[in-house]
Amino acid sequence: MLWVDKYRPRTLDKVMVHTEEAQRLKNLIAQGDCPHLLFYGPTGAGKKTLIMALLREMYGVSAEKVKVENKPWKVEVGARKIELELTTVSSNHHVELNPSDAGFQDRYVVQLIIKEMAKNRPLDVVGNKGFKVLVLNEVDKLSKDAQHSLRRTMEKYSAACRLVLCCNSASKVIEAVRSRCLNIRINAPSRDEILDVLLFIAKKENLVLPPELAGRIVLQSNRNLRRAILCLEACRVQQYPFTKDQVVQTTDWEQFITEISNDILNEQSPKRLFLVRGKLYELLTNCIPPELILKRLLQELMKKLDSELKHEVCHWAAFYEHRLQLGQKAIFHLEAFVAKFMSIYKKFLIATFG
Amino acid sequence: MAPLLRTTQQWVEKYRPRKVQDVAHQEEVVRTLVNTLETGNLPHLLFYGPPGTGKTTTALAIAHQLFGPELYKSRVLELNASDDRGISIVRTKIKDFAAVAVGSGISGYPCPPFKIIILDEADSMTEDAQNALRRTMETYSKVTRFCFICNYISRIIEPLASRCAKFRFKPLHEDIMLGRIQYICQEEGLDLDQEALSTLSRVSEGDLRRAITYLQSAARMYGSSISSDNIIGVSGIVPDDVLKRLVQACKSGEFDLAHTEVTEIIAEGHPVSQIFSQLFDYVIQSTEMSDEQKARVCERLAEADKCLIDGADEYLQLIDVASNTMRALSNVTQECTYF
Repeated sequence: MLWVDKYRPRTLDKVMVHTEEAQRLKNLIAQGDCPHLLFYGPTGAGKKTLIMALLREMYGVSAEKVKVENKPWKVEVGARKIELELTTVSSNHHVELNPSDAGFQDRYVVQLIIKEMAKNRPLDVVGNKGFKVLVLNEVDKLSKDAQHSLRRTMEKYSAACRLVLCCNSASKVIEAVRSRCLNIRINAPSRDEILDVLLFIAKKENLVLPPELAGRIVLQSNRNLRRAILCLEACRVQQYPFTKDQVVQTTDWEQFITEISNDILNEQSPKRLFLVRGKLYELLTNCIPPELILKRLLQELMKKLDSELKHEVCHWAAFYEHRLQLGQKAIFHLEAFVAKFMSIYKKFLIATFG
Repeated sequence: MAPLLRTTQQWVEKYRPRKVQDVAHQEEVVRTLVNTLETGNLPHLLFYGPPGTGKTTTALAIAHQLFGPELYKSRVLELNASDDRGISIVRTKIKDFAAVAVGSGISGYPCPPFKIIILDEADSMTEDAQNALRRTMETYSKVTRFCFICNYISRIIEPLASRCAKFRFKPLHEDIMLGRIQYICQEEGLDLDQEALSTLSRVSEGDLRRAITYLQSAARMYGSSISSDNIIGVSGIVPDDVLKRLVQACKSGEFDLAHTEVTEIIAEGHPVSQIFSQLFDYVIQSTEMSDEQKARVCERLAEADKCLIDGADEYLQLIDVASNTMRALSNVTQECTYF
């Protein structure tokens, strides 16, 4: 088992970061009920861990017995029939799914599943009706249509199910949905917190972790706890015992982008643009999201720029990223950004050095 | 067997006014509708206004008061954005319901001889669907009244709007909202100090539903005595000092400083749209900025907000806004030098 899963805290009492939030969540469900929840925060901050711990707190150990189902759904929309296949992870008490898997038909999926859940409400011995929990991941990727259709569905079926929404950026969730949920912000763990977790894991694994190495891992993880733990494990595989000056490996694609950025800074010409284009294509075919490429590329480029240029480059990065969201083919916009950057940079060089 | 969790009522539902007369702050609407209760005469209605001002509440209340619980099912059709409302539904479901003749009323309620169709969130209906409604409204006007509810009246096509009596719902005044909140606090045994009350009314911006939801969340998370910080905690607004640090960094004119601040904000997970709206408030109220500077910052803010709605990346938009604000504050030209 990966360390990330092995050392994932199972209960709200055991979490090492976000202890305050965990305590509050505990208070929240102490009375046996909870409102709809919306967790938001950067990746690797521990949203999912908290949600799973919360479910366990609510339903006990049986919430952890999950089964993965690949179920075909049939939706009747007026005269049309839509057939969908969706993977859900469910226990007796909750269902978890990625509605964005359904693409543009996501709104039907969300409604169908909620209605289905409302039909099969759990009963206890006395005949009281309980509720199930529906965990929706990546709500920010849901279409606006689907989000709108969530509005009233949330109110209508609130007796039968609770929604736990999970997303990266709350800005992309419409106000109407946000106002119906209790918003819980999960911030990225601070560097010290990550260090504590790393030392804790090292202790459990009986490893000697030199503080210098730990410090470097923390620095490189960019406040992403999952990444820090993965990185630690990678280092362990690489060599043990650890040495102080051991190289902390970055991921391939990041190195690749650093390479691209060097290419761009070294020469600005159509020929070089063509070369860069090939490299960008390679990243895209390896399923690196284009937004991530652009962001990383910007960060790499910015390391070597004058502050005067930075304003301009940032502006264009934001501009092309916006276009990328509206457009269809990512490569156009990535390439446009590179071309723009080359032109700006070249003009800057000419103006400065003649 | 695992413990079964029972549901408790949302306060928003619990304290929803049941009678038209109880709806706060919307005098004209209430007066007209109370009149209706007496005479049994109701025009088509169009309610519009910002969220949380009582539009749905009013529509449901008048329907209940007119027909009572027994007839409610057969006389009222409630449709909203979560039901499919394409043109096919308008042609079948709405038309069928509208065409049915009404039976006799029961005693104890006015029961006027018509049915009501409530179309909630009507602004999310397609234009085609709205057009399909035009004729239906007129043909069956003898036995059916429509009630449209929407946030933006501009999204309702003119032919529909002109067939209805329009009512604008005003955002709630602070003292009216506070009165309602204090009543709920009393009923639920909560203890809010003056500061928490004013924070609550500030963050909810005239939206009573939001205020009540915040109140309930805070009560559940923090127990019965609630401070102003707790309200800010549940409402998801960005603490003032975060914003202040960002502005300070922009004022310094050092790009790297602003960059660090932006990275920090993203890592903390603050919603950028919220930062934008608070930055906007700050800029508008600022006394040290010139009008031109304000205009420049606001223009870029508006663009960035639109980009966010289109799904652009939060980090890039925020850094662009920050860099633009910085240039505006230090009076550097906006035009790109090396463009």
